[in-house]
Amino acid sequence: MAEEGPTALERFINGILPENPVYRQLLGMCPVLAVTNGVKPALTMAGATAFVLICANVVTSLIRGLLKPHLRILVFTLTIATFVTIADKFLAAYVYDMSKQLGPYVPLIIVNCIIIARCEVCASKQGVWTAFADGVGMSIGFALALLSIATVREILGSGTWFKLHVLPASWPGWGIMVLPPGAFLTLGILLGTAEWFGMRRRRAGKGQ
Amino acid sequence: MDTTITLIMLFISAALINNYVLHYFVGICSFLGVSRRVDMAFGMGCAVTFVMAIAAFLDWTLTYYILRPGAPLPAFVWRSLSGNPQASVDLSVLSYIVYIFVIAAAVQFVEMYIRKFFPALYRAFGVYLPLITTNCAILFACLEIMKHLQDSTALWSLPEALTLAVAGGLGYCLAICLMAGIREELDLCDVPKPLKGPGISLIIAGIMAMAFMGFTGVEKGLTTAITILLPK
Repeated sequence: MAEEGPTALERFINGILPENPVYRQLLGMCPVLAVTNGVKPALTMAGATAFVLICANVVTSLIRGLLKPHLRILVFTLTIATFVTIADKFLAAYVYDMSKQLGPYVPLIIVNCIIIARCEVCASKQGVWTAFADGVGMSIGFALALLSIATVREILGSGTWFKLHVLPASWPGWGIMVLPPGAFLTLGILLGTAEWFGMRRRRAGKGQ
Repeated sequence: MDTTITLIMLFISAALINNYVLHYFVGICSFLGVSRRVDMAFGMGCAVTFVMAIAAFLDWTLTYYILRPGAPLPAFVWRSLSGNPQASVDLSVLSYIVYIFVIAAAVQFVEMYIRKFFPALYRAFGVYLPLITTNCAILFACLEIMKHLQDSTALWSLPEALTLAVAGGLGYCLAICLMAGIREELDLCDVPKPLKGPGISLIIAGIMAMAFMGFTGVEKGLTTAITILLPK
């Protein structure tokens, strides 16, 4: 079967920065905003999403010959829901406190647009290895995005990073950063910064 | 009387204090995507509210009778099949798959209805109508209802579930309409270039979330007011 589209390596690299799911494609905003008030929940979330994304990509890629066009979104969603159930039960069994803290946001991975978009764009058209590489690349990109936002919010909000004190104890702690509004403000400003760097790079490229 | 007060408090809490978009961050994709014009935002808000109410009704029924731990229907089937009268069945592991199925079916139904009776609205929605399936707000409402059906000593009844869903949908509608109104004005402003589009929308949402934080505690005051004003 002739493969079309980018190779596995291109897919892998694309996921990390050039097509970063959060900063470039603005997908999966719900967990990005909701679980980033600390680095630890953000990383747990990134791990759970990575597991679901990679497994769903591989399974979708394996059954891509059987997919009917009008039913494919439903098949993707059900595949994802199965893996999310596994991830949710696993978290509840081994890291109960974290699972309690993440609350409904673990089951909400089902409707995370990143995973459905990857199934649609890549896994339903390309081979297993490409789909796997794509899943890993996208997961790393997603984890980096979550980590960057969580770092800003946790350091400014409570003066800690991974529960370690990085700012002097006299730091007052901007309460707003760990509350919902802080998530919107941080993401808005980080998006603007990323866009600013992108624009500068494009302008420099044109100048040469 | 107590039930009515509980329902009113539930409504205010879900629509304003814990607004789905600004407090729980669910439905952000459509919140940023469809909030360009007020009329479209209002249509989207109504569609989400409608789908959410239908999904909540189906979700409550299925969870109450089939999916919750100690639900009557599977226990009855299992007992009559196995002959063991003490057998208990817990099907809650299936909940996520069932919910997503229910939501997809409800969205399909609403899509057919709108296409038949409101063709202009249907064309205006474009790609966003099927996307309601993946709108986290609806699944979130289902999960909240499920959470209140786990403990068999404090089960939610259908009115409570429906109130939560409708209030959540109206809260979403309010937030997206406010956002669209601000963004219409924003077209006339000189926004720094890197922030254009999603950046400035998110910052506005942040300021709106701060404003909505002002509602915290409203329900306590209201409860006190109602209990004082109402004759015993």
